[in-house]
Formats: sequence, structure tokens, C-alpha cells
Amino acid sequence: MTPVILLLWLVAALLFTAGLAVAIRRSALARRVVYGFSIATCGFAIAVALVHLLASPAITSTAVLPLGLPWIGANFRLDALSAFFVLVINLGGTAASLYGLGYGRHESEPRRVLPFFPAFLAGMNLVLLADDAFTFLLSWEFMSLASWALVMTRHRDDDNRRAGYVYLVMASVGTFALLLAFGLLAGPEGGYAFKTIRAHGASSGLTGLVLALALLGTGSKAGLVPLHVWLPLAHPAAPSHVSALMSGVMTKVAVYGFIRIVFDLLGPPAWWWGVPVLVAGAGTAALGVLYALMQNDIKRVLAYSTIENIGLIFVGLGLALAFGGNGMKAAAALAMTAALFHVLNHALFKSLLFFGAGAVLTATGERRMEMLGGLLNRMPATGLLFLVGAAAISALPPLNGFASEWLMLQAILLSPDLPQWALKLLVPVVGALLALAAALAAACFVRAFGITFLGRPRSEAATNAHEVDRLSIAAMAILALLCLFTGVFPALIIDALAPVVDALTGTRMPVQTHIAWLSIVPVAESRSSYNGLLVFLFITISASLAAFVIHRVASNRVRRAPAWDCGFPDSSPATQYTADSFAQPVRRVFGGFAFRATERVDMPAPGDGRPARMTVTLHDLAWELVYDPVVRLVNFLAERLNHLQFLTIRRYLSLVFGALVLLLLIIASWP
Amino acid sequence: MDKFAFDIAHFLAGSLVLVSLMLLYQDRLSALLNVFAFQAVVLALSVSWQAYVQGAPHLYLTAAIALIVKAIVIPVALHRMIRRLGIHREVETALNVGTTMLAGLALVALSIVVVLRVTADAGTLAREDLAFALSVVLLGLLMMVTRRNAVSQVVGFMSLENGLILAATGAKGMPFVVEISVAFSVLVAFIVIGIFLFRIRERFDTVDLQALDDLRERRG
Repeated sequence: MTPVILLLWLVAALLFTAGLAVAIRRSALARRVVYGFSIATCGFAIAVALVHLLASPAITSTAVLPLGLPWIGANFRLDALSAFFVLVINLGGTAASLYGLGYGRHESEPRRVLPFFPAFLAGMNLVLLADDAFTFLLSWEFMSLASWALVMTRHRDDDNRRAGYVYLVMASVGTFALLLAFGLLAGPEGGYAFKTIRAHGASSGLTGLVLALALLGTGSKAGLVPLHVWLPLAHPAAPSHVSALMSGVMTKVAVYGFIRIVFDLLGPPAWWWGVPVLVAGAGTAALGVLYALMQNDIKRVLAYSTIENIGLIFVGLGLALAFGGNGMKAAAALAMTAALFHVLNHALFKSLLFFGAGAVLTATGERRMEMLGGLLNRMPATGLLFLVGAAAISALPPLNGFASEWLMLQAILLSPDLPQWALKLLVPVVGALLALAAALAAACFVRAFGITFLGRPRSEAATNAHEVDRLSIAAMAILALLCLFTGVFPALIIDALAPVVDALTGTRMPVQTHIAWLSIVPVAESRSSYNGLLVFLFITISASLAAFVIHRVASNRVRRAPAWDCGFPDSSPATQYTADSFAQPVRRVFGGFAFRATERVDMPAPGDGRPARMTVTLHDLAWELVYDPVVRLVNFLAERLNHLQFLTIRRYLSLVFGALVLLLLIIASWP
Repeated sequence: MDKFAFDIAHFLAGSLVLVSLMLLYQDRLSALLNVFAFQAVVLALSVSWQAYVQGAPHLYLTAAIALIVKAIVIPVALHRMIRRLGIHREVETALNVGTTMLAGLALVALSIVVVLRVTADAGTLAREDLAFALSVVLLGLLMMVTRRNAVSQVVGFMSLENGLILAATGAKGMPFVVEISVAFSVLVAFIVIGIFLFRIRERFDTVDLQALDDLRERRG
């Protein structure tokens, strides 16, 4: 049995599980059965993808099922690229299922989650395997609808309904753009099989349009600014393990779609393709993290941070296009490796962080950070694992976020070799934005972790929080270990990615695993090298040493508590640093142009008894500049067309008649 | 096909268009029904001629159905209906006859131009047949659009359908099942519309569709 057939069977198993979930929805076993089956299938899929990727990456295995468009059938194909993404998706899927096994116990409406969860996983896997436009779009829509159903789990909440609506609209827009892109790629002969498209590519005049449509279609799913508005609404609305899937995994499916269309189907790249991708990616990265810093809801922080990371990945892809278009294959391979590595990393730590947020939500029932605090003492395991995820996403060595972002910056440092002045000037700006985004991301997660887990509890719920169940912790621990592993041994990942990169850019990065001490040397020894293992050992040893010394020398000393107690004379938790106060410096620096932020302080005169009040107003410019005009236009047109609803029967008939005659006239006068 | 057979087919199809134009300027309902019955007779003749020329005996059955149902049963039923409704003498306020006729002639010209352009590589008979059939269809639609009385709309619909049958029989190898189903659907439509006529009448004391529209406007 070929790997692709095997994976299709696994998809069928997931769909079967979805059906089963409906059948046994009343049973107490439903949760265990559904998540158990999902773990098994996703785990199996990981094995298949891993074997394919490591053992025979050059071989593509295909299958045609007699479904879909009759003259094409449903084509499926597993190559190195899809194998890598199958691996990432099912890694997230397995972890989410394991987490769901424990977390799902607290689910208020399990019947709204259980059937759609495996269906969602199946849809994502199908997108990766699809090898013709029809199958691809069908699976894509299936994935969107399944996730929409999950977003609507708590549909009684107005906000969630609105999130579901916005999501549905944006998903439709994206699919529509992809439909047009595939239509242009297929050409007038209607060759919708990817094989056919690959053979002839897009006609040269249309590549720009296809690129724009692909960016629009996949970008709206991935969350590129300004197509991101649905994401911070929809991702947090779902149950946490589903949020993890949507944020950590589904956005990767969108990245896959972009890579598949632009690197595989569209033909050899031109250098200017990189420009829009770079601009969109860098803007997304910087704006995404700024948005994240302004949020108070912990799941929204994570959702906005997803936008930032998607921006990073798209910057990597844009660099790969820019280098590849100039024939700088080695540099393109480096950028592509960095992007794919970050895909894997983001799937790992974003899932981990969402699981952590879910654990906090379970323990306290609270998503607002202002109501949390001091959870580290009450939930030590969750806190520690969340800290690992936060450090990883802030790109701190020796964790995996650092490795991929470092590779990305190495690729950016190669930009002076580019021949075009436009790129020579653009890429350093992009690099600066990326560095800014990385620094702000660190601030964002210091804030998220510090406000949530450190200090003293700000509410009753946070005071009474308890550690979550072991399965949830196990899921988080696995992901945290994987973050550490990929961060300490990046060479293994880079070499495993080599066949994927080779297929996309025509070459690969130099072999890394033979270098002494497991260092990675992306370009040349003289330029730069990084050794995750040494950094890890150094940090571990020096941190242990420091802790040891402090405990030995400092902690044992007898100290008398001074009257002056660090600015906390009042024991009320409200005197602590808040999430808003932490974000204020950044808001003052960037908020003016990014959000048109205004602060208004209402300070009562001396003697006046009422409390002082400070009001901060933030504007979401994406809504105000992009969406509101569109909404107004649509409403205007709808109002104009509304009276067509109330015509007489004869008028309707006349309209039909007129349309018919008009079409006939067109045929008659067609040259 | 010899010249004579072609001429006859041409003549009959052309007559059908002519009768359609006649339908357009009938402003009394009973006269309208009579002309409609005459159109059905012409249709039956045309179809049976096709049956003879093509050597397709099942087309005789189509012709028979057209003759019995459309030339006899439906007109008689409609005559009785308008008598019971008491509108058989009514003069319908249609669009100006001259304008309607001019529009009809323009439609005939349009359909001939369209069909001759589109079917450049089909046989001569099929082309002309299709052109005539399209004219009949368009004239039927024109009638439905310009008339306000429900009965004349029914007649317009059925003459439209006559055009479809003409087109179907002109093309060789048309499956019999399709013709049967078209014939039955027309019968069903006739029954449904007939029932509706009485319901409308009961409700509003008129079969002028304006009454329905007035109701809608009041509601909307």
C-alpha cells in the first residue's frame, strides 16, 4: 500500500470517527472514543509522514479516486512538501486530541465539539493530499466549515456568533480568491489537475494576478494584515484545544496552500514576486505583535501573536522568492528552510500556549489577564510549561523559536548580494521590522506570563485555582519537550527539511549533521554558526550554579523585613502592575499611528471625592480603512437593489424576457 | 430530403410563427382561444409531416397528443372556464396592438439572425426549423409579458411550449420520453393554473393579475 493510500485511509478513519461521534453522542464514552481514535490516527499519520520524509522523500506517491470532476477524478499525491506538512498538522492534531481527552471533561456542550473535531482534522489532511484544484478547494471548504462549526460551539454568546459570521465571510472571500487563482492557472483548457498545471505553468501575463489572488486567498486564512480581522475573533471563541488547532495548525495549511501554488504550480519565480510577500509579511509581523500587546484576553493575545508568526513565515517565503528569482539558490534554500522550520516551531509552541491558556481557563474560568495572577504557585506544572512556550515564542535560545528566527535573519543578511536596488533597500527594512517584532513579542510574552502567573491573584477565581488533569499536562509537556529538542538539535530538523527545500528551490542547505558538536552553519563558518546544545548546556549549568549560590549564600541569611516593602504597603492585589500598565510604554510609542490611540485622563480637582479615571481608546485601522468602506458600499448597493424584491409578476417576467432578448442580441451582434 | 418535403416543412413551421403573431393581436379572450386551437392544429400538422419525412412513427403520437390535448381539450376547457367566470366577452387592455406587433416582428428577425449565426454548420432544415421555433418561443414570452389577464398568460405559456415542441421534432433523434414529459408537464401546468384562476377569482372577483400585485404592494 502506497503512503498516500495509507493516509487516505487514515482520513477515512477520522471521518468515520466523526460519524461515530454522532452515533454515540449520548454515551459517556464518547469523549474517550473520539479523542482516542484521533490520537491513534494522527499518530499513525505522523509515522507515515516521517517515514516518507526520512526514507524516500524523492518519491511521490499518487492516487486517483473516481470522485469529484468526472474527467479528472479526485487526485491525491504525497511528496516531500505535503509529507512535512502532514507531519506538522498531525503533530498538532495528536497533541490536541491528547489534551482534549482531559480538557474535554469540562466541556459544557461536548456534542457540539466531538463530531467536528475529527472532521476538522480530516479536512486539513485532505487539503495537504489534494492534487487537483477541485479536490483542493473542496477539502479547503470542508476544513473551513468544520472549524466554523467548532467556533460556533458556544453559539449562545453574541460575540461568538459575530466571530462565526465574520469567519464565514472571510473564509468565503478567501476560497473565492483561490477559486479564481486556480481558474487562471488551469487556463482555457480547464486542466485542473495539478499535474497539468505544473506542466505548463501560468501564462506569463497572469502570474502577477495569480500571485495576488493566492496571497489574498491563503493570506485570509493564515491571517495576513489586513485580512486578519476574523482570526482574533474566531480562534479564541472555540474550545482551547480547537483554538490550538486553528492557530497552530490550520494557519499552516494556509501557508502550505501558498507554497503549493506559488512555488510549485506557478512556475519558476521572478524576483519581484518576493516584494508583495515581503511587504505583507513584515507588516503583518510588526502589526500583529503590536495588536497582541494591546490585548487583555489571554487567548486573544495568543491569536494576535499567531498573526505575527504568520508574518515571519511569509517573510521567509518572500525572501525565498526574491533569492530564487535571482538564481541565488543557496540563499533561497536558507530562507525556505527558515520559513518551514518556523512553521514547525510555531505549530509546537502556539499549541502549547493555547493549551496553557485552556488550562488557566479551566482552573479559573477567566480569560481576562487582569483577573488572573499568582497562578504559578497554584498551577506549577502549567506555569512552567507555559513559560517554556513563552520563551520559545519570544525566540530565546536554546529553544526552537530562536533557531528558526536566527536562520531567517541569516537569510536577511545575505540581501546585499541581491542585484535589484528595490530589494537591496527593502530587505533590510523588513529585517528591522522583524527584529522589532521579535523584541515586542518578547515583551508581549513577558506580559502574558507575568500578569497571568506571577504576582498575587487578582480575583477569587485565581486564588482558588487548582492544577489541571494529568492528560492536559502530558500534552503540554510533550510539546514543551519537542520545543526544547528542536531548539537544541536544529541540525536534525534542517537536514530533515532538506528534501522539501530541494524540491521547492532547486537546492538545499549544506548538510548540518556532520558538523562537529551539532553546530549549525547556514552559509559559511566564517560568517556565523550556532550551537543549540552548547547554549543549552551553558544556560543550564550557569542557571543551576546561580540558583545554587543564591540559595546557599543569600537565602539562608537571616533577614529582618523592613518597614519599606517595595511599593506595596497596601496588600490589595489591585496595586500590582497590570496588563494595561505594562503595555502603556509601547502603546505610547507605537499606538499613535498604529491604532490612533488616545488617552484621556479625568483627574478630579483636589477635594473632589470621585475616583480619577483614565480612558484609552484604540482604533482598529484594518476595520476602519478596509472593511467599513466595503460594508458601506455593499449596504448601499443592497439598498438600491432592495426594491427588486417587490416587483409585480409581470415585471419579473419582463425582466427575464428582457435578459433573454439582451443575451440573444449579444449573440447576434458578437463579432 | 427532397425539395418538396423541405418546402412543406418550411411552410408549416412558418405558419406556426404566423399564427403566433395572430395570437398577439387578439384582444378578446374567446377569439384568442380559437386562434390558439388553430395554432395547435398547425403544430400537429407540422409534427406529423416531420414524422412522415423522418420516418419516425412515434412523432405521430406527439402530433396526436398535440391535436387532442392542445387543439381540443385545453381550448374547450378554457372556453368553459371563461364562460363560467363570465369574462368571455371581456376586451383586454393589452399593450397597443401596433407596438406589440412591431416588437413581435423584431423578435422574429432577432431569432432568425441568432440561429443562422450560431448553427452555421447544421443542416438547412434544422436551422430554419430552430429559427422558427425560437421565434414562437419568444412570441409566447412576449405575450406573457404584455398581457395582464391570467387566461391570456396561460395561452402565452402554452404557445411558448408549442415552440419547444416544434424545435424538438425538427431535430432528429429526439427521445420520445422527453416529448411525453413535456406534454405532461404542460397538462399539469394547465391544471394548476386553472385551479389558481378559480382561487384568484374567488378571492378577488377578477382574474386580472393586477389584483394580486395590489395585494402584494399592500403587504410589502
